[in-house]
Amino acid sequence: MEQDWIWGLIGGLLIGTGGAVYLLANGRIMGASGIIGGLVDGSGKDTKWERLFFLAGVVLLPILLMPLYGSVDTHVTNNIGVLVAAGLLVGVGTRIANGCTSGHGVCGISRLSLRGIVATVFYILAGGISVVLFRHILGII
Amino acid sequence: MRNLFALIAGSFFGAGLFVSGMTDTTKVQGWLDVFGAWDPTLAFVMGGAMIPMFIAWRLTRVRNTPVLGGTFPPPPKPELGRNLIIGSTMFGLGWGLAGLCPGPSIASLSYGGMGTWVFVAAMISGMLLAPMLRARLDRVVPAE
Repeated sequence: MEQDWIWGLIGGLLIGTGGAVYLLANGRIMGASGIIGGLVDGSGKDTKWERLFFLAGVVLLPILLMPLYGSVDTHVTNNIGVLVAAGLLVGVGTRIANGCTSGHGVCGISRLSLRGIVATVFYILAGGISVVLFRHILGII
Repeated sequence: MRNLFALIAGSFFGAGLFVSGMTDTTKVQGWLDVFGAWDPTLAFVMGGAMIPMFIAWRLTRVRNTPVLGGTFPPPPKPELGRNLIIGSTMFGLGWGLAGLCPGPSIASLSYGGMGTWVFVAAMISGMLLAPMLRARLDRVVPAE
């Protein structure tokens, strides 16, 4: 537990390095919802391969690192209703807001973008309310 | 070349999400749960990620174009707008509910089990529905 924050910091530095490479080499903002969303709705047709290669890296590295860990439990719920509702909210919300934790959070705040800061305040507040509501009040999660 | 660097960037992102523990939904929900056993890890991840990104944004002022050509992203729009608030609130509700956001859900596709695939399928459906919902929002209260 007490070394979790060290791994969090190391992981964060790696995430930020990925974002720095994507920005300085490709000239693009590393936002997961934007990269996926552009593929899904066709708005990123012209940069389709760049997006697919990025996502391939995201999927592949955990596969390569897994032998060092043996196994990792994501503790993801098996409640289908919760997964579907959460997935829909995340999909619709990030596209309407034009960003998620990586785009608005990591990339937006680090360039002192007011939009990034405000978006992050709202999704963290809503996330906190969500956990209080669904865990402590309704007891669903 | 663009694809290679996209793969490298994605690999750093995937590795970072993996080693930081951010694909563990209990760590994300633990950070959001200020009334439960609060887990500070996510703050270190976000803070750590902003360090290289902050330097990278500085460097965009020194170099005028990306290494592989093209242009850097335009400066952020100053206006906030209703969609930013509504969208971020919806995203946050879903994020807290399942403990997953877009990056980690993709990173854990290989080891998160069926639940992760169900979430990603729903997220993609949501992304397909978003333009329709955005148009509907604009009809109720026209965007400024």
